[in-house]
Amino acid sequence: MSVYGRRRLMNYAVIGLAFAATAFGLLWLVLVLGTLVYEGAGAMSPALFTEMTPPPGSKGGLLNAIFGSLAMTAIATAIGTPTGILAGTFLAEYARGSRFGEVVRFINDILLSAPSIIVGLFVYEAMVVQMGHFSGWAGAMALAIIMIPVVVRTSEDMLRLVPDALREAAAALGAPKWKVVVTISYRAALQGMLTGVLLAVARISGETAPLLFTSLSNLFWSADLNAPIANLPVVIFNFAMSPYAEWNALAWGGALLITVAILLLNIGARLLTARSTFKT
Amino acid sequence: MTGSPVPFPPSERQPAGDSPVKADIRDVHFYYGKFHALKGISLPLYDRRVTAFIGPSGCGKSTLLRVLNRIYELYPGHVATGEVIVDGQNILAPGLDLNLVRAKIGMVFQKPTPFPMSIYDNVAFGIRLYEKLPRAELDDRIEAALRRAALWDEVKDKLRQSGLGLSGGQQQRLCIARAIAVQPEILLLDEPASALDPISTQRIEELIAELKSDYCIAIVTHNMQQAARSSDYTAFMYLGELVEFDLTERIFTYPREKRTEDYVTGRFG
Repeated sequence: MSVYGRRRLMNYAVIGLAFAATAFGLLWLVLVLGTLVYEGAGAMSPALFTEMTPPPGSKGGLLNAIFGSLAMTAIATAIGTPTGILAGTFLAEYARGSRFGEVVRFINDILLSAPSIIVGLFVYEAMVVQMGHFSGWAGAMALAIIMIPVVVRTSEDMLRLVPDALREAAAALGAPKWKVVVTISYRAALQGMLTGVLLAVARISGETAPLLFTSLSNLFWSADLNAPIANLPVVIFNFAMSPYAEWNALAWGGALLITVAILLLNIGARLLTARSTFKT
Repeated sequence: MTGSPVPFPPSERQPAGDSPVKADIRDVHFYYGKFHALKGISLPLYDRRVTAFIGPSGCGKSTLLRVLNRIYELYPGHVATGEVIVDGQNILAPGLDLNLVRAKIGMVFQKPTPFPMSIYDNVAFGIRLYEKLPRAELDDRIEAALRRAALWDEVKDKLRQSGLGLSGGQQQRLCIARAIAVQPEILLLDEPASALDPISTQRIEELIAELKSDYCIAIVTHNMQQAARSSDYTAFMYLGELVEFDLTERIFTYPREKRTEDYVTGRFG
């Protein structure tokens, strides 16, 4: 009985610790999000979406930064999605068990966890220095480079979840390899792969470090991707560190905007996963 | 023909009055990397007859089936030697168009493998690979295949729905419909009923009996009664070797080999 009694005590103690650890983790999350919503909601107004970033000491909005972020994210996605999916397809369908495939996968994993500032510096050297100026293209390229390994990884993982039995069944009907990949594997893994792309977009939409070295920022309206272009993360970075109250408020507004956008992307990804054809 | 001796006298290879040999398996060896999984298998598969492969797990019966349409080649390190003569052509020969070989030799797997698409598209998949048919003709082919697989009445009103929504037994019949829709000459069934309930199993067995009027069928099964019920010939395999091949009734009543007798009577395996 004493063994059982001790076990019960231990059980309660461990449950208590587990609850405490969870509460500790959630506490900070709630504090961060609470502050963000409290401060950011105050900065929300129609002007935020219609006016440009203002000079110090006057009111304005974030339109140029919102546009720049959307444009660079869109270009990065247009480059990163096909590249990542094709590379993931190579790893999952064509390079199984091959030495070369393992090396590619290993390097991709390193890229996946590489600090994003390194990517920014790389694009700075490779594009900004060569072109002689900061530009939206360089920013988009840096974001694409951050996005690619994420998409490669999720695409490969999702394609690997497709049972080999399906590939065999299609091959047994006389389907050539590329046909099996396109009509069977892609179709079966589609939702998972889309989820991966959405999560990658969410990941790059908050990146600041790589943009500091590439697109820089711009206080004025510019749709020229060959010139420095405003974007939310860098504007938040600059405005939050400034002594001006108006800029600080805009930084809160921008931060809330990005957070909400990422939240929506994550919800979208969740919905796609829930509708997924595959239960593994 | 070289290699190990045939485990039965040539005079008995083709019992009187029977149909021609559709596929002649000659001295087939198979290797999973270093593992020697098939050790010189030779036997004929007769046209319009059902040949059952039985034997304990790991004896190589599924492997042999996978040699017959060269599906093993999807995986590196899997190697087969020997010959399988179908219509005068060795289908194990290098340089053959594998996809054409596979289009002629249909296969149904242990677990139902419906593709993530509609019932209609599942059956149309194989047809569309090799034929460009007008819509009405394609519809006819699909209906014929589904009828043949005894599935038409259950799915005719939901051809556009996903094949994944069917029950296990229906999915397996869908796979059979998909396999016969391309009008193959040989049908390979790898334990097609082992994942199904008794009623679905019975339907599959009736289907096999029905289909053998048109096809040369090879079936791998763990179920002794199923082999006895639905096959004309039975091959008993053990540890990668063909122990005995004969008419099914003889294998189950007067087996020549002690090991065969022990297995079919349930003394081991």
